[in-house]
Amino acid sequence: MSPPSPSVLPLSSTNPTNPPLLSLSGIVKSFPGVRALRGVNLRLHAGEVLAVLGENGAGKSTLMKIIGGAHTADAGTLAIDGQEQRFQSPQESRAAGVAVIYQEFNLVPALTAVENIFLGQEVTTGGFVARRREREQVAALFQRMGVEVDLDEPCRRLSTAQQQLVEIAKALIHKARILVMDEPTAALTSHEVEKLFALMRELRRQGMGILYISHRLEEVFTIADRVTILRDGGNVSDCPIHAITRDQMIERMVGRPLDQEFPSRRVKRGGPRLEVSGLRRGKAVQGISFQVHRGEILALTGLVGAGRTETVRLVFGADPRDAGEIRLDGQVLDIRSPRDAIDAGMGLLTEDRKLQGLVLRHPIRENFSLPNLRRWCRRGFVQRRRERSELDRYIAALRIRLSDPEERVGNLSGGNQQKVVLAKWLARDCEVLIFDEPTRGIDVGAKYEIYLLMNELVAAGKSILMISSELPEVLGMADRILVLHEGRITGEITDVAQATQEQILQLAHA
Amino acid sequence: MPEPMKPARWLADYGMILVLVLLCAFFSAVTYSEQSPTGEAAAGQVVEAVLKAVPKGARVLVVASDQPGDAVFAARVERDLTAAGARVLATVTGEPRNAREALQKIQAAGGLLDAIAATRVAGGWRLITDLASDFPSLGSPRVITPASYRWPHFLKSENLLNIANQIAVIAIVAIGMTLVIITGGIDLSVGSLIALSAVLAAGFIRDRAGGMSASTGGMVLGCLLAIVVCGAVGGFSGLMITRFAIPPFIVTLAMMLVGSGLAYILAQGQSIYQIPDSFVWLGRGADLFGLPNAVVLLLVLYALAQVLMSRMKLGRYLYAVGGNAEAARLSGVPVRRVLLFAYVASGLLAGLGGVIMASQLKSGSPTYGNMYELYVIAAVVVGGTSLSGGEGRMLGTLTGAFTIAVIQNGMNLTNVESYTQKVVLGLVILGAVLLDKLRQAR
Repeated sequence: MSPPSPSVLPLSSTNPTNPPLLSLSGIVKSFPGVRALRGVNLRLHAGEVLAVLGENGAGKSTLMKIIGGAHTADAGTLAIDGQEQRFQSPQESRAAGVAVIYQEFNLVPALTAVENIFLGQEVTTGGFVARRREREQVAALFQRMGVEVDLDEPCRRLSTAQQQLVEIAKALIHKARILVMDEPTAALTSHEVEKLFALMRELRRQGMGILYISHRLEEVFTIADRVTILRDGGNVSDCPIHAITRDQMIERMVGRPLDQEFPSRRVKRGGPRLEVSGLRRGKAVQGISFQVHRGEILALTGLVGAGRTETVRLVFGADPRDAGEIRLDGQVLDIRSPRDAIDAGMGLLTEDRKLQGLVLRHPIRENFSLPNLRRWCRRGFVQRRRERSELDRYIAALRIRLSDPEERVGNLSGGNQQKVVLAKWLARDCEVLIFDEPTRGIDVGAKYEIYLLMNELVAAGKSILMISSELPEVLGMADRILVLHEGRITGEITDVAQATQEQILQLAHA
Repeated sequence: MPEPMKPARWLADYGMILVLVLLCAFFSAVTYSEQSPTGEAAAGQVVEAVLKAVPKGARVLVVASDQPGDAVFAARVERDLTAAGARVLATVTGEPRNAREALQKIQAAGGLLDAIAATRVAGGWRLITDLASDFPSLGSPRVITPASYRWPHFLKSENLLNIANQIAVIAIVAIGMTLVIITGGIDLSVGSLIALSAVLAAGFIRDRAGGMSASTGGMVLGCLLAIVVCGAVGGFSGLMITRFAIPPFIVTLAMMLVGSGLAYILAQGQSIYQIPDSFVWLGRGADLFGLPNAVVLLLVLYALAQVLMSRMKLGRYLYAVGGNAEAARLSGVPVRRVLLFAYVASGLLAGLGGVIMASQLKSGSPTYGNMYELYVIAAVVVGGTSLSGGEGRMLGTLTGAFTIAVIQNGMNLTNVESYTQKVVLGLVILGAVLLDKLRQAR
């Protein structure tokens, strides 16, 4: 393998009269029972960032997998530099200069950055891996990218942002000219997002074509040159970024005018329900106290790593606490496990629904019933008729879209999966609901439905403790905001109507 | 709204049953041959034929050889003919020599003989076929034997019951293994626990319950003791796994060595056979409709396990823990207790398996159950349970166990030698899992 050329990219021309770097036309793809794509067109030029937007289920992931060679289209053509391609495997796509960075990274956790980057294409001399040369190449590349990544740590010890950089470096070493990124900012802090965007701009300047998929519309305006919007497997819009507004984007994604992003509510706050004082665990949570009232949504916000999730896990008994008292309606609770917290009337919607919220391979019905089985069973036997009628009730109430309750929950879209998690706690009739990133990875329409549901819950006198990294959501939904920084509360905002994102960010960096 | 089951899903769920049925059909076809009834069935047929062929009060000789079922045949024929008014001059079971003596006695007494009721084998003895030349003075008795018919040897009810009895130990232990594997674990200690249990039960009966003259109570106590000790070993494994997060493979590998070692120490490396004859009741007896007791126990246990896994809260919890332990914990499932249950159950059932084996072989030896963990795991895996946990069916495991048993039995009947049998069995296990993977990939 030759050393990389002085420029990060082996690319030359960005002349718009050239054929587009990547062009798709009339792409059709069906799966058993679903028509995922029904004739999608897309153009990506060299030196351009193209944002692909759409609700979950609009076909973005399928499209990405076709470009990456993981799926083959049923009909339509895919061309690179005007040359028609038919990728039969990810290897062929990579050889044609395409690099796809999925949300779940393709890194071997136990290998170092250098080993991962050269995996399958090791630089060898006489059959032995030339480790020093590999290392030098990677070090030089990271330097040109303007980032620092520890080359000797196994990748599992690197932060999400650093793992992402390793993925990008892998694409560059493999001389990719088309970079496809799926929700690259989903797990990054705002500072890390800035750095990533700077790198993307530099790659764009050097002539790379970047296809960028995101749910975060604010970011699309800062980084994209052009937007392609998909709905129900087809194109609905393709225009330069300056020719479209945020509201227009949402309307085209959901296919109907959106009156407002956050539904309003009028609920009178009741007395204190959940009272937490002096909560501690190691360095993550260093003495946190707060109250949640009846009919209130209290938001915990702050940067990633500020201790928000750690705090609610302590309240819920998911991790053991070093110190702290938890009271519910004035009664001190002895919470040692999630089971105790559930018995006391709490429910936790976890941050990561795939790893912690659901048993993905199990049917929707069984996931829904899991926390409720103890109440729906007599002498150890599950009352199946009752289980079924409760499930039907919540499927209707939450408008969960499914074909069969015996289907694996993992087959549902993100929004519907989240509704299943919500349903299981609603059926438990929890008094205090802890929502950790309730709308992460969920499309705009489903988000709105979840907001409506939160309003209904507080209107019924329940209390909600919400964690969110999306500041507009915090400002739009919370009655009161607590800002955390390094395991401590650094500010409380009671007058949410007058608060701004800047105000929260200042407290978060305090 | 209950939906009709789609054929594809049915095939996916019960595909292994289809394979089992095909195997049975294959072995039936290759063992299709001349059969003659034996025992009670043969007796009934012969008595009917004798009564039809000769007049009432006729003089009859009953001859049977010494094959299994022949004693029953002889006794039954004698009883029924006598009851119907015939005169049974003598009843012989054994070798042609015995029959000759009986015939000589009848000849000496100067009597005539109207009929000889014989088993198929005895009816073929030269002595009987050449009767007219050897014993002319007896007259010309009719020789009546059960009619032969063509039927697959494999499908004879004795053979089918034999298959079930042979697999009983593995199938029962596989119930516990299925529970453990569904939680995402594995239990390698079951083979050793079978040996430990057999040695404990036999040793207790020999040393504490009076040996050859032990009472029923003493034998039951010994068996219960053995089963409880194995359950405790399973509980210990479970504690190591839940409290200290040691991988199940390692913990149960250690307990496999410990259990086997303890069995050898307790038995001082010998077989323990000073046990009353009545101890074989569980392993060889057949009290209910002619079904072996071990098979009845097997069916009852599978029915209970199936109900547990499909209808009960605990069953759901077992699946949930195997599917995603963290999600289960955060939904209020007592994950540690559920895991502990699985390993205790596996230990108890391995203990029961050991007791059954001791009863079948009327002795306890530390060599019992050697490699059984692998056959048990094979039964579970062939039955469609995934080693990654969260999925699997009890009835699948039963099918898997019977598939293995049928293959072994079929090869025995068709005289495949034991080394070849191992090769075939290994390939079949691989094939079954491959089939499962291909089905899932679809």
